[in-house]
Amino acid sequence: MGLMARVSTIFKSKVNSALDRAEDPRETLEYSYQKQVEQLQNIRRGIAEVVTSKKRLELQASRLQQSVAQQDANARDAVRVNRDDLAQEAIERKQGLVAQVSALQSQIEDLAKEEARLTDLQQKLQTKVETFRTQKEVIKAQYSAAQAQVKIGEAFTGLGEGMADVNMALQRATDKTESLKARAAAIDSLEDNPAFRNDALPSTGDSIRDELNKLKASSTVSDELAQLKAELGKGDQA
Amino acid sequence: MIVRILSEGQYRVEGETLDKINQLDEELMDALTQDQADRFHHLLHEVAGLVRSGAEISSEHLVESDLILPADDTTLEEAKRLFSEPS
Repeated sequence: MGLMARVSTIFKSKVNSALDRAEDPRETLEYSYQKQVEQLQNIRRGIAEVVTSKKRLELQASRLQQSVAQQDANARDAVRVNRDDLAQEAIERKQGLVAQVSALQSQIEDLAKEEARLTDLQQKLQTKVETFRTQKEVIKAQYSAAQAQVKIGEAFTGLGEGMADVNMALQRATDKTESLKARAAAIDSLEDNPAFRNDALPSTGDSIRDELNKLKASSTVSDELAQLKAELGKGDQA
Repeated sequence: MIVRILSEGQYRVEGETLDKINQLDEELMDALTQDQADRFHHLLHEVAGLVRSGAEISSEHLVESDLILPADDTTLEEAKRLFSEPS
């Protein structure tokens, strides 16, 4: 069996838990409609949550960006007064901050994608809810007909599947914002801690790799220092 | 056949496209069981592209799908979790 058939099987069971069938099909219809309206509200909350997390990350990124500019100015000032040691430290801090900013930016993009996805699903669900509301009244009006039973069955499974899909998308978005929230909080607390600035290279758990990463980082620092000195016309005095 | 791409929508796919999808779907399962993330992502995108080449079913229609494909940015870990979740 392929992947898609397996996913379908898993999904069908989610559908049954997303919607409960009542004894009276008319009640099932009403109940399903209520569930959809609730789901629309959930999706709106989900979008708001994603937007809030995204704003928070954007604020952090702009704060870090200011610190980058500050360290850059520090490095330049240090070179001007021939303090290579200070310049080097400032460049190290700057590079650590730049790495943080770029990590934040990729998370911001990720959240923007989640936001777009949920907004799209919200619009689709809105249409579905409208259709269902109309169909519900039609089916209820012709309820005694045996055909109504079939129609209810079809609408029910089709709808349930759509709802289970939206539930899953919401869950994915929530998982992402939760993990990013934890990360954002960690960055906030690190920002208050001066030690963080010298700890731009977390351990990889592989001591050889750590050592090589340090060498690589120190060579990018000296490259940037050399560049800065050339730029400021201090190269010869080094 | 009606195929749903999760988080996206439903499409009607027939004929050769469907045959091709079914064939790649087997490979997709194989990539998942063998933990081959790159192959999994590549196949997932390819299958999603084929499904999208079918006729899109408007969100006004409430129909059940025959096959369901995870969202095209689903990671291998997410897919595995989907199968291990108690339903």
